[in-house]
Amino acid sequence: MPIRAQMGMVMNLDKCIGCHTCSVTCKNVWTNRRGTEYVWFNNVETRPGRGYPRDWEDQDRWRGGWTLDRKGKLKLKSGGRIKKALNIFHNPDLPTIDDFYEPWTYDYEHLISAPSSEHQPVARPESQISGEPLDLQWGPNWDDDLAGSAEHAANDPNRRGALEERIRMEFEQSFMMYLPRICEHCINPSCVASCPSGAMYKREEDGIVLVDQETCRGWRYCVSGCPYKKTYFNWDTGKAEKCTFCYPRIEAGLPTVCAETCVGRLRHIGVVLYDSDSVVAAASVPDEHDLLGAQLGMFLDPEDPEVRRRAEADGIPHDWIEAARRSPVYDLAVRWRVALPLHPEYRTLPMVWYVPPLSPVMSLVEEGVDPDVDPGDVFGAIDQLRIPVEYLASMLSAGDPEPVRLALRRLAAMRAYKRTETVDGDADAALARAVGIEPEDMELMFRQVAIGDYDDRYVIPKAHPEAGPVDPNTLQGACGLEWVDREIRGGEVDDSFDLRDHIVRVEGQAR
Amino acid sequence: MAAWQVMLYAVLPYAAVAAFVVGHIWRYRVDQYRWTTRSTQMLESRWLRYGSVAFHYGAFAAIGGHVLGILIPASWTDAVGIDEDAYHVISAVGGITAGVAVIAGLTILVWRRARIARVRVTTTRMDVVVFALLAVAVISGMAVTILNNVTDTIHYRENVAPWFRSLFALDPDVRTMDGVHWVLQAHVSIVWLLYALWPFSRLVHAWSIPVDWFRRSPVLFRGRAGRPRHASAARSGVR
Ligand code: SF4
Ligand code: SF4
Repeated sequence: MPIRAQMGMVMNLDKCIGCHTCSVTCKNVWTNRRGTEYVWFNNVETRPGRGYPRDWEDQDRWRGGWTLDRKGKLKLKSGGRIKKALNIFHNPDLPTIDDFYEPWTYDYEHLISAPSSEHQPVARPESQISGEPLDLQWGPNWDDDLAGSAEHAANDPNRRGALEERIRMEFEQSFMMYLPRICEHCINPSCVASCPSGAMYKREEDGIVLVDQETCRGWRYCVSGCPYKKTYFNWDTGKAEKCTFCYPRIEAGLPTVCAETCVGRLRHIGVVLYDSDSVVAAASVPDEHDLLGAQLGMFLDPEDPEVRRRAEADGIPHDWIEAARRSPVYDLAVRWRVALPLHPEYRTLPMVWYVPPLSPVMSLVEEGVDPDVDPGDVFGAIDQLRIPVEYLASMLSAGDPEPVRLALRRLAAMRAYKRTETVDGDADAALARAVGIEPEDMELMFRQVAIGDYDDRYVIPKAHPEAGPVDPNTLQGACGLEWVDREIRGGEVDDSFDLRDHIVRVEGQAR
Repeated sequence: MAAWQVMLYAVLPYAAVAAFVVGHIWRYRVDQYRWTTRSTQMLESRWLRYGSVAFHYGAFAAIGGHVLGILIPASWTDAVGIDEDAYHVISAVGGITAGVAVIAGLTILVWRRARIARVRVTTTRMDVVVFALLAVAVISGMAVTILNNVTDTIHYRENVAPWFRSLFALDPDVRTMDGVHWVLQAHVSIVWLLYALWPFSRLVHAWSIPVDWFRRSPVLFRGRAGRPRHASAARSGVR
């Protein structure tokens, strides 16, 4: 049973201020090209809200991810290969660009060239695809910060059913949070399983999920197969593109661009070790509420000498194993259980996890918004504020409120614990132990979650060039899609180094 | 045997096949990146649904019909008990159904490409040429099918089919094409042009029918060291 290493990310939602810096820097690096104007490998959604693309979480409609068949076997929700092959000329589950948004610019030229007139000239919006004038009805983050939420938040797929009535009430008390999203680099990726051409793959070394641009034939099943809608179709090249986890940076030991530039410094990147034999079983547990536990059960404890010995025997480099021991992802998700996966019920075993936001809860307590809550009793508040907890649970734990409650209690306990240290001069160990965390661990958790030093947040072992044909340093400073830009933009490029030669060599051998 | 006949029925076929073969090898080697369906479903899905499905399934049926009518000699179909009358019924019903599907599909596809601005901007000059050739090819093909059923002027199993098979013997029997209905002659020649342009156009995606898909393990791994790890993916048990 080979052990594999997997890169993962944790985002601490408490700290996200919804500034979209991550989205913009990512876009400038990766999707600032014709055909990808509408593509945001990283995007930030306001919740409650509809998300990007609109209502992506509604899998009754998009049929992304996996489900269990009658015999309890894992299968793609959108159907098997035969059904897909028959539908290959028109994918019934594919979102159109209007579900994302039609990208536009403004006719600024008109401001200069308009003849003199009584009224000031106006720069009208025009489509970046067709150049035709657009009547804007929807756009990126159209419902940002609850804008137009009477109309839009009502459609949030997480609010369905019993939650609908209750969240509306909460709504009047302005409950809002941000959800930054990238590709989950799933351990059981349904995008990869959906690809007819075999163009999508997981990298063996770090689990990053990529699209081979040379092998992709534009069948589009990855787009509909991904329940998170994090593979995109470049309408100009006719190929799929997706978040690369900034692999050229990761290989050099640097965090992704979104993480590096995050204003809230809320992203943590690290390695986890898992047992590749346990993947199918973990993704196939019948009860959705058990999926989180099953995924946690796949991760191996890097402090266990036997695990380390086996990992080394399976070819995982020593420094990677050491990095796994210091992994912030392992600490937050497995050791302390304060981070939770996004929609585990999609059964893709996602690897971007979230620390649920305590702030909406805390502000209700501290500002005495809810008269039933005793301001001194944070735990009581978490339990009584059933609505946000259940709402969070519908995103982060397949609807099971317990893991969310545990995470929030631990975060609240951490605050209380540190408060006793600062105010009383003596940290109250009982507060930590009450939530099952030893005081020393509470200190570590505080360092990771609250302080978040650069070197604690990012523990990224470098790639091992000796293990492959191309030294990643030769690709330094290059974007994996650079030759595309060169052809499309027709810009002036120094051709003495042809990146493509190197990429093709890597991928040619991989094929 | 006029010079133009030699051009159309001996030179053009071999030139087209040469372009077809060499073109594909060249394209496959140098231009994997643009080898794609160039689907526009993202931009317009409603009309594509009717157009694309009708066109592609119709095209499959039409290809099947051509195999039956051109590649397989009449004596063979006779031998398995499909007599001339039965063949006529099959070719009339099948041919007209397939033809209607292809023409309807292509009409919708061309219409949306021309009328819907988003789709129009993705259209290359080669697309225009290919669509035009396809249109002429399917309309003339349909005309042949209809003429064959309402008149007694076509007889492609006695002229075009033997000539086509003679091409494989590297001994083109140009003379059998004498006196063939001009619509059928046009159809045949246009299709050769289409073959010649095939590797240089979006039609290449036809060779990407994902056959390997059915035996590959669903979750693929690739390592830096190369080698697709189908084996290890299978070992991980992801099915
Ligand atoms: S989140 Fe990423 S890895 Fe997971 S299915 Fe979607 S595109 Fe694939
Ligand atoms: S940069 Fe950080 S704080 Fe700003 S929106 Fe992105 S994740 Fe949130």
